[in-house]
Amino acid sequence: MTGTLNLIGAGLIVIGGGIGLGQIGGKAMEGIARQPEAAGKIQTAMIIIGALLEGLAFGALILGK
Amino acid sequence: MMVAKKPIKLLTALVLTFFSIASYATNDGHGEENKDPHKGELVDTPDEIKEYITHHLKDSHDFHLYTNNKTGKHYGFALPVIVWTSKGLKTFMSSAFHHDDEGHTIVEKDDVSLVKLHSKIYELDNGATSVSFDEHHHPTNAHKVLDFSITKSVFGMLLAGLLMLLGFGALAKGYKKGNTIPKGVGRVLEPLVIYVRDDIARPNIGEKKYRKFMGFLLTVFFFIWILNLLGLTPLGFNVTGQIAVTVCLALFTAIIYLFSGSKDFWAHTLWMPGVPVILRPILAVIELVGFVLIKPFSLLVRLFANMTAGHFVVMSLIALMILLKKKFGVVGSTGMSLVLALFISVIEILVAFLQAFIFTMLSSLFIGMAVEEHEEHH
Repeated sequence: MTGTLNLIGAGLIVIGGGIGLGQIGGKAMEGIARQPEAAGKIQTAMIIIGALLEGLAFGALILGK
Repeated sequence: MMVAKKPIKLLTALVLTFFSIASYATNDGHGEENKDPHKGELVDTPDEIKEYITHHLKDSHDFHLYTNNKTGKHYGFALPVIVWTSKGLKTFMSSAFHHDDEGHTIVEKDDVSLVKLHSKIYELDNGATSVSFDEHHHPTNAHKVLDFSITKSVFGMLLAGLLMLLGFGALAKGYKKGNTIPKGVGRVLEPLVIYVRDDIARPNIGEKKYRKFMGFLLTVFFFIWILNLLGLTPLGFNVTGQIAVTVCLALFTAIIYLFSGSKDFWAHTLWMPGVPVILRPILAVIELVGFVLIKPFSLLVRLFANMTAGHFVVMSLIALMILLKKKFGVVGSTGMSLVLALFISVIEILVAFLQAFIFTMLSSLFIGMAVEEHEEHH
C-alpha cells in the first residue's frame, strides 16, 4: 500500500461534509413536509447553509492538498 | 417564431464557424503523410492524462482545440501576447511560440528575447541564447515579465462581457421603446433579472436599500453564470476556475460591504452591545477577521474549487475511454464514459447556475448584514 495521509484526510473531509449535507437536506425535507407553504423559504435557507458547509469542506480540501 | 429567430441564427453561425474550422483543419492534416508516430503527443497513460487535465485547468496563451496525432500538427487560434519587458511594451501573436511550452523556441522582438515556459512568459537575460535550469527546473538566466496578454481567460471574460452587452442592450432598447414584454434573448433575461431582484437582493438587503446594489449583484450573477456555461463548451474556458478571477470577484464584494457598512454595523462589529465588557474585544477580533478575511475567502474558494473540481471530473470521465479500453473494449469503454460524462455534464449545468446563485446570494447576504440598521437598542 502506498499513498499519503492527505488522502485519508480528504476522505474524512468528505465524510464530514456528507453528514452535514445529509442533516441539512433531511431537516429541510421534514420542514417542507410539515409546512409545504414555506417550501421556498426553507429551500433558500437550505442552499445557503449547504453553500457555507461546502465552502468549509473545499477550504479544508485545498489547505490539505 | 419571429422571437427566437435571431439568436438561433447567431447560434447556427457560431456552430458552423467552429465546425468549419475543425473540418478544414482535418482536411489540411490529411495532406501530409504519417512519418513519425511519436511526433504528436498521444495521451495514453494515467500520468499523461493527469498532466493533460492540469494543463487544461490552467490559463494559456492560445486556444488549443485539437492535435492531429499523425502529423503532430496543432489546431486552434493564436491570441495576442502583450508583455512589458525591460525594454518596454512588446506585442506579437502567440503563434510565434509554435505551441512550445518548454522554453525551446525563442522569440526575438527588437532586442528582447522571450520564451514561454509552463504558460508563463520569461525574458532572457542579456547575452543568453537559451534557457538553462537549476535542479528544481526553475530558469536561472531568465526572469518573468509583466504579462498583459489577451489569454484564454481574458478572451473568455471579454466574450462574456460582449454577450452581456448585446443581450442587455437589446433588452434595454426594448424597454425604451415601451414594450412591456421583451423580445428575443430578453425574454430569458428578464425573469432572471427579476429573480435576482425579488429572491436574492430584496429579502437579504432589505426593501429600502437594495436598489443601490442591484448593478453589482446582477453583473456578478450574469458574469459568473455565463462564464460557467462557457466553461462547459468544448472551447475549454476555465475562467471561474482561475483563482485570480475569483479573488477579484470576492474582493469586490468585500470592498462593497465594508465601505457601505452602516453605523450600527461597525458598532456591532467593534464594540458589541449587550455582552460583558471583557468579551467585547475578543468578539471584535472574531467579527473583524470574519468580515475581512473569512467571508471573502469562503466566497472565492467555493467558486474556484467547484469549477475546478467540475472540470476535473468531466475530463476524468472522458479519459475513462482511454484507460478502460483494454478491459472493456472500444465500444464498452466509450459507451461507459459517454454515459457518465453526459450525466455529470448535466449536473454541471445545474452547478453552473447554482454557483452563480450562491455567489450572488452570499454577497447580498453580507451586504445586507453591513447595511442593516437596528431599530431597537439592546
